[in-house]
Amino acid sequence: MALTIKVNGNTHSVDVDGDTPLLWVLRDVLGMTGTKFGCGMALCGACTVHIDGVATRSCITSVESIEKSQITTIEAIGATAAGAMIQKAWLDREVVQCGYCQSGQIMSASALLASNLHPTDPEIDDAMSGNICRCGTYVRIREAIKQAAKSMAQGD
Amino acid sequence: MIFDHLISSDWSARANGLSRRKFLYVGAAASGGLLLSLSIPLARREAEAADADDFVPNAFVRIDSDGQIVLTMPYVEMGQGTYTSIPMLIAEELEVDLKLVRLEHAPPNAKLYGNPLLAGVQATGGSTAIRAAWKPMREAGAVARTLFVSAAAKRWNVDPASCRAQSGEVLHAPTGRRLKYGELAADAARLPVPENVALKRPEDFKLIGRPAKRLDTSAKVNGTAVFGIDVRPPGVKIATLAQSPVFGGRVKSVDDTAAKAVKGVSQIVRLDDAVAVVADHMGAAKKGLAALAIEWDDGPHAKLSTADIAAELEKATLNSGPVAQNIGNVDKAMASAVTKIEAIYQVPFLAHATMEPMNCTVHVRKDGCEVWVGSQVIGRVQAAAAKTVGLPLDKVVAHNHLIGGGFGRRLEVDGVTRAVQIAQQVDGPVKVVWTREEDIQHDMYRPYWFDRISAGLDEKGMPTAWNHRYAGSSVIARWLPPAFNNGLDPDSTEGAIDLVYSLPNMHVEYLRVEPPGIPTAFWRSVGPSHNVFVTESFVDELAAAAKQDAVAYRRALLDQAPRAKAVLELAAEKAGWGQSLPQRVGRGVSVQFVFGTYMAQVAEVEVSKNGAVRVRRVVCAVDCGTVVNPDTVLAQIQSAIIFGITSALYGEITLKNGRVEQTNFDTYQMLRMNEVPAIEVHIVQSSEPPGGMGEPGTSAIVPAVTNAIFAATGKRVRKLPVDAAALKQSA
Repeated sequence: MALTIKVNGNTHSVDVDGDTPLLWVLRDVLGMTGTKFGCGMALCGACTVHIDGVATRSCITSVESIEKSQITTIEAIGATAAGAMIQKAWLDREVVQCGYCQSGQIMSASALLASNLHPTDPEIDDAMSGNICRCGTYVRIREAIKQAAKSMAQGD
Repeated sequence: MIFDHLISSDWSARANGLSRRKFLYVGAAASGGLLLSLSIPLARREAEAADADDFVPNAFVRIDSDGQIVLTMPYVEMGQGTYTSIPMLIAEELEVDLKLVRLEHAPPNAKLYGNPLLAGVQATGGSTAIRAAWKPMREAGAVARTLFVSAAAKRWNVDPASCRAQSGEVLHAPTGRRLKYGELAADAARLPVPENVALKRPEDFKLIGRPAKRLDTSAKVNGTAVFGIDVRPPGVKIATLAQSPVFGGRVKSVDDTAAKAVKGVSQIVRLDDAVAVVADHMGAAKKGLAALAIEWDDGPHAKLSTADIAAELEKATLNSGPVAQNIGNVDKAMASAVTKIEAIYQVPFLAHATMEPMNCTVHVRKDGCEVWVGSQVIGRVQAAAAKTVGLPLDKVVAHNHLIGGGFGRRLEVDGVTRAVQIAQQVDGPVKVVWTREEDIQHDMYRPYWFDRISAGLDEKGMPTAWNHRYAGSSVIARWLPPAFNNGLDPDSTEGAIDLVYSLPNMHVEYLRVEPPGIPTAFWRSVGPSHNVFVTESFVDELAAAAKQDAVAYRRALLDQAPRAKAVLELAAEKAGWGQSLPQRVGRGVSVQFVFGTYMAQVAEVEVSKNGAVRVRRVVCAVDCGTVVNPDTVLAQIQSAIIFGITSALYGEITLKNGRVEQTNFDTYQMLRMNEVPAIEVHIVQSSEPPGGMGEPGTSAIVPAVTNAIFAATGKRVRKLPVDAAALKQSA
């Protein structure tokens, strides 16, 4: 039986088992490959999306559990104020190296910024320590979050 | 890892001979523009038909008649910034804005795109790209610029000396006339190639040495970048797999009844030593995989453990081996030493754990094969696929893609071979995606090494004898056999035989011992990741034995190495070396010259009462010669330091009953945001040729951290990773 999910404002009907993780529906069924696979166990954060605004690991989130929710992915996060500011800061600060984990990093950072315009270092640690970056871009991620927060607070 | 000794080999000799002659071929591109092929006196058509004895180009620049500059990149982007720094070299001499350069991945063709510093293999690794590209890429730009100036001068009938190139056009200053490169491309293609071109003086550089914005990033912040794992040929199926949990094992039986019943699963593929589940999506493939009941024949390594391998390496070091370095007379010097010190060091197997798990997409047809993958060795991808399907090379099309982390893992093509084996049994294209567990448990690992090292000190505590013997796998012997000679290879010995210090008597032996039942491969900084840890830890031991300051002791041995001394002094000064620290906080230092780059690091480490280690601050001083993109140097050092701390604190792959015990990021941990130290980088200005930057930071940080642990606790770390339990404060 087909399930219905709402991704980036669009409604999709997908014919998969209800326990299928959202990640694979996004990537393989809907062809939205911006959301990445890293571990399959919510250990690395590469698959982070927003479900009703909350940063969530799509690799362990069953598609049947979110039929009523609004899902936002990296492909549309730039349409939110926090997302756009984070993306800009990521480019300004030259955060990215290989880039594979950055969709998840940006989704976690955007969720943080959407709820907290003045994140402290410990708050950044809390929000971001679930996201692994093997290239070690953490130093710049922290700087970029602070830059984005400052810009948001100033209403740039 | 540069194969200096291969300079005299056929391949490099030809390349050298070539560079003295005309190195550049100019012709009309298909689009009617100017085509430049580097390092090749032959016409392109001839080059493509040429056999291995002919000179062939290793890169090319194309300038279309619409002015579009296209650079086909012989090196792949995996985060290290090469897709920005290589174009900078061309653009500098060509006098164009970096924003006007368009990049293409090079197709597989070692004749055209082989890496001269890696014996002509079409490979990105060993921190070689900038070193290999530094001169030829600037020359390519300069020749093109010269031709454009000549073409413009001819058209205007003026002296070329009265014209100059700037911002993608030629300007005739006296009259103010201008012509864009695109308007000159067809003319320039018909001009004779200049024998010699003048390269710009460093003081005239506009791009080189200034921070440049990366060219590959915008697609990486909005989800549109296409990594290998993101390709979706029409009709593609998704497969995931289980390979024999013991290396060398075989499938005995498979019950796939339950797996086939999973919604979305279309097929089970059985190979000799693996089983794959093919499905509509990875969710179904994984569910199918979990439902398989596979019985394995574990084969000869069923009982293998890491302890067995370590014991074998230890035993090997009891006997002498090939001499990698010999200076003076170590035996004599040791006999007359006032103090003798000896130690045993060990480093573990390490997995790469690239964030993009192993994957490869393949479509096998009767008359051909198409492969999509992110690879550091796209030519070997093509060859591996051709061999597996039994087709000639020209029937295999290999597409390269962005790489979600390389670190040496994607210098291997085991995943390509595996994907092709599966695809041969699938109708249509199939993307084979490894689970993280499969990725970690079927990696090819940084070798385990076992070291015996000893030194003799004089009455002042300074070293008069240095004796080092170690055993472990040679990755080169498998990966590039011609570079393995007389039992030695340039990677396994880098950082062990060429210390920055003046040592009057030095003897180093390396024994190649291949562990059974576990494959090995390159891993960010490879040989130096082991050798620098051992040698810089041991120098620290000597300083401690001599009751001398760790920086002062090293400095006293660096009179013959001014660049090493300079980075040491700079790092120590910026780190506040010598200033007091709280209890159980210590500073450690390291100095090295590897990958053509001088580097010193000072780590400041805090060890809690229960032994937990936190790296608080790292100060790095680097002299990598001429800096192309300073921001990339900074980024690579930040990256390499975090990579190295991860390995020092957490990195260890172990075998039990032939099986890798670690499975995912819970058992094979990575450094996370809350553990990251403050990192300061100080770059020494230099006009020397550039050194490598991708890897040096990783080898330098590990001994800096363990030496700091010694300073904080008095406990010497001689085996990695750091054992927190051993660092507990005694009651």
